[in-house]
Amino acid sequence: MTMSENKSNTAGPDTAQAQREPDVSEPLLSVKGLTKHFPIYGGFPFKRQVGAVQAVDDVTLDVYPGESLGLVGESGCGKSTTGRLLTRLMEPTSGTITYNGQDISHANRRKLAPIRSEIQMIFQDPYASLNPRQTVGTIISGPMEVNGINPPGGREARVRELLETVGLNPEHYNRFPHEFSGGQRQRIGVARALALNPKIIIADEPVSALDVSIQAQVINLLQELQRELDIAFVFIAHDLAIVRHFSQRIAVMYLGKVVEVADRDSLYNAPRHPYTHALLSAVPNADLDADKTERIRLFGDVPSPIMPPSGCRFRTRCWKAQDKCATEEPPLVQLSGAREGHLTACHFPEAPTTEKTGPDVVLDPALVALEEKNTDKK
Amino acid sequence: MTTLTKTEDSPAPSSSGAFLSVRDLRVQFSTEDGIVKAVDGLSFDLERGQTLGIVGESGSGKSVTNLSILGLHNRRSTQVSGEIVLDGQEITGASDKQLQTLRGNKMAMIFQDALTALSPYYTVGRQIAEPYIKHTGASKKEARARAIEMLGKVGIPDPKNRVDDFPHQFSGGMRQRAMIAMSLVCNPELLIADEPTTALDVTVQAQILDLLKDLQQEFGSAIILITHDLGVVANTVDDLLVMYAGRAVERGTVREVLKTPEHPYTWGLLGSMPRLSQDVGSELTPIPGSPPSLLNPPSGCAFNPRCSFVDIVDGSGRCVNERPLLPEGRGSACHLTGEQKQQVFIETIQPRLG
Amino acid sequence: MLRFLTRRTLGAVLTLFLISAVTYFMFFAIPQDPALLACGKNCTPDALKVIHTNLGLDQPVAVQFWHYMVGIFAGRDLPVGECAAPCFGISFDSGQPVWDTIIDRLPLTLSLSAGGLVVFLVVGLGLGMLAAWKKGTKVDKTVSSASLVLSSLQIYFLGPVVLGIFVYSTGWLDKPKYVPLTESFSGWFMGLLIPWLVMSVIFTAQYTRMSRSSMIEQLQEEHVKAARAKGMTSRFVFFRYAWRGSLIPIVTIIGMDMGALFGGAMVTELTFGLAGVGRLARDSVVLKDLPLTMGVLIFSAAFILLFNVIVDAAYAFIDPRVRLS
Repeated sequence: MTMSENKSNTAGPDTAQAQREPDVSEPLLSVKGLTKHFPIYGGFPFKRQVGAVQAVDDVTLDVYPGESLGLVGESGCGKSTTGRLLTRLMEPTSGTITYNGQDISHANRRKLAPIRSEIQMIFQDPYASLNPRQTVGTIISGPMEVNGINPPGGREARVRELLETVGLNPEHYNRFPHEFSGGQRQRIGVARALALNPKIIIADEPVSALDVSIQAQVINLLQELQRELDIAFVFIAHDLAIVRHFSQRIAVMYLGKVVEVADRDSLYNAPRHPYTHALLSAVPNADLDADKTERIRLFGDVPSPIMPPSGCRFRTRCWKAQDKCATEEPPLVQLSGAREGHLTACHFPEAPTTEKTGPDVVLDPALVALEEKNTDKK
Repeated sequence: MTTLTKTEDSPAPSSSGAFLSVRDLRVQFSTEDGIVKAVDGLSFDLERGQTLGIVGESGSGKSVTNLSILGLHNRRSTQVSGEIVLDGQEITGASDKQLQTLRGNKMAMIFQDALTALSPYYTVGRQIAEPYIKHTGASKKEARARAIEMLGKVGIPDPKNRVDDFPHQFSGGMRQRAMIAMSLVCNPELLIADEPTTALDVTVQAQILDLLKDLQQEFGSAIILITHDLGVVANTVDDLLVMYAGRAVERGTVREVLKTPEHPYTWGLLGSMPRLSQDVGSELTPIPGSPPSLLNPPSGCAFNPRCSFVDIVDGSGRCVNERPLLPEGRGSACHLTGEQKQQVFIETIQPRLG
Repeated sequence: MLRFLTRRTLGAVLTLFLISAVTYFMFFAIPQDPALLACGKNCTPDALKVIHTNLGLDQPVAVQFWHYMVGIFAGRDLPVGECAAPCFGISFDSGQPVWDTIIDRLPLTLSLSAGGLVVFLVVGLGLGMLAAWKKGTKVDKTVSSASLVLSSLQIYFLGPVVLGIFVYSTGWLDKPKYVPLTESFSGWFMGLLIPWLVMSVIFTAQYTRMSRSSMIEQLQEEHVKAARAKGMTSRFVFFRYAWRGSLIPIVTIIGMDMGALFGGAMVTELTFGLAGVGRLARDSVVLKDLPLTMGVLIFSAAFILLFNVIVDAAYAFIDPRVRLS
């Protein structure tokens, strides 16, 4: 709300954001070489550090004021850890986090306090993230209390206003979380995040615990808030369709690395990284006439982040992998022909289309065997 | 299709002759707060080799339906009435002993989360072998060989060694494959898959869905696929049943339901989920409000408090007073006339879906 | 697995050492002069001085502790007499080596604890499983409420009542006494029957409730439902799938109870007038027999730690996830 200078125009709700030129302004939040390793202890007879979960490894990202950056990837890709690092709920092992030009990578609590009010978080589980013993009023006014903020008209009035903003009845000020449904609880979580007029909200899978019809309600609410209050979002999710719907720019993560980042058009229509291709091809599509798109079926699960593969981390599941991929880590760069700002970390990128260009890529031997047998039958 | 809302109230006799035929199924739990009507008058048929998708949100009764087909409901607190006929055999009244010979043998189930559905205390191989020994009378050695064969079939690498692993030594996708191997070990004719891919990552989900489809071709089982995700059913099932508050509200082939949906709830579901093939700018149109409590469901059409089309229904108060019936075959349980459904869909809903 | 157990055992030994050190230094923090206790009633200042030197009390406490520890492994030559390898000192009161005294009393306490354990495990787990199997029926309600009442009784109340009825009034049974197992099985069995039964009444109740709730919890597990979905019989599912998981919280409680059982042997032994290690502990405190108190304490601590290791091994036996991680 206080950032009117960044607000370019609000005429067309979506086009305005899609066309936002990132270069116009300085990034609001910027991370360089962000790394988080969780030590593992073991050994005999006395425990010592024997390794580390490389949850996030050398991630570089910028979030611009008022934009929504999507972080997608499968379990163990480090997207949630990245979210927690961005809010400095965790301290990075190495790398820098810069907020509004200020390095907060290792800032202490006192230095972080004023910044914390500007970076807020929305959590996945609306049941676990609200204290069941506090009333809605107490939960939402909590951040104001902690930061000693007394809005004009008092905190209670502000809380009622926030409840209205997120589509809840202000009369419910004195109710407890268990009196609300999952979707309503998530709205309470949103109201709490809004209490301090944040400039950026990190939303970690904010709708994945909700029913489909409720998901859409919450997504629309967040989208409205983003437009009206000009809040930047880092939207973390595993659902590629929802991320596409909500975020203008998207980073795809795999095993702690960003493998591809681009604006949504470019990422969804002209992806270059084989993993992005595989992900998009795997999305279950309610559209029945989608058989023009390529079919890629990987084999197995994401490997453990404890001992990630050398070189390119995706190479163990990649159909294009060659010797080079094991020895040399591909840098995250703009490939020739790619749109400005579309970065890919791959030695042997795919053609920039999701349409079927050749035979199916099926790496799963069980599928191959069954499908051969079944075609023989016919 | 215009007269479908006027079909019979009483359930059709079970003479439909389908492989699985469910007629007027009602499942009620007694709880401290009252009686929960988890399933309220559900009928459907399923043929061999066909896949039926059941779509609905939490509390729609989709999982309860399938637990009662297998007879896995709590018999003390649950009342099941209606008819479930599997291959000519009536199941609702069957004793637990009769059901035991069917479960895992003629009908089997794939659970949502293989981590909790496989016992952590026994090896994967043993858990696969158990039903095989029980239902076929095979020796331990034969059953072990069968377990290895099944593990290989579902794509577990090195099945000879992995057969002795415990479930926690498998990755998430491999565990779900082992679960599938366990359910298919006796060549069941009916396979019930309850959200089989919800706990999995996207790329693994795609593998498992394809695997189920390919295995069905080989085994020829009938499958009931329960899910909340319309995307999952689109390329997997033949017929689709949409459930809301314990009742089926729409039925048809998957193409019919997804391409020309008739029920306002189905419209709502489709409008709630973003799709990759949509224009980037399209808005989501969520269903207002939240699902009703099954302790005290709304009178008439259970969807009426959330429905935007109540006002255009002929005859005031019909949606609140009269329960719309779901016709046999293609159709939806809604008081809107066929023309209205078509008109609303083409004029209002379809443009939104992009 | 072997590594895990070795590490646990090493940890237990280290803990035991710390316990010994703390108790040893605690005793020397007591203002009373230990020599005075050893000296007896007709003590002269000269005699006290001799004892002082003999006991090594003129040396720094740390040195004394060192000698004590070395003595446990190597034996010591004490002025009051020879003290062979596991030397915990020599009792002030009886003049016997502490170790021998404890070993002498141990069979009784072990018989008492082990016998009680067997009875209350079998009966407790059995009743608990029965109640879980018949959940919600009259059987369940009877078992549950009876166990609630019985678990609130205490040994020092129930003991005398049972003794009063079965021994003193009716004379159906003899007063509890200890006959070594090697001498006569029936004598051993009959002699300890009353304490076993009384102990098990009290402990059984706890195990019944524990086993019932744990079983009911396991029966709601998804893998139990999945086992039923495979067509396995209810009995098979109950005993194979649910029971195994239900043991984990029970093993935890057994581990804790073994300590309580051994320590609580004092109350049981006093109630029934039996002379075991518990009785020994109490007597040593009353008589201010320092070496004996120390010995019993370290011995009990070792016993409890041993049980902790056994419990850890049992976890690993029951749950492969523990075994392999």
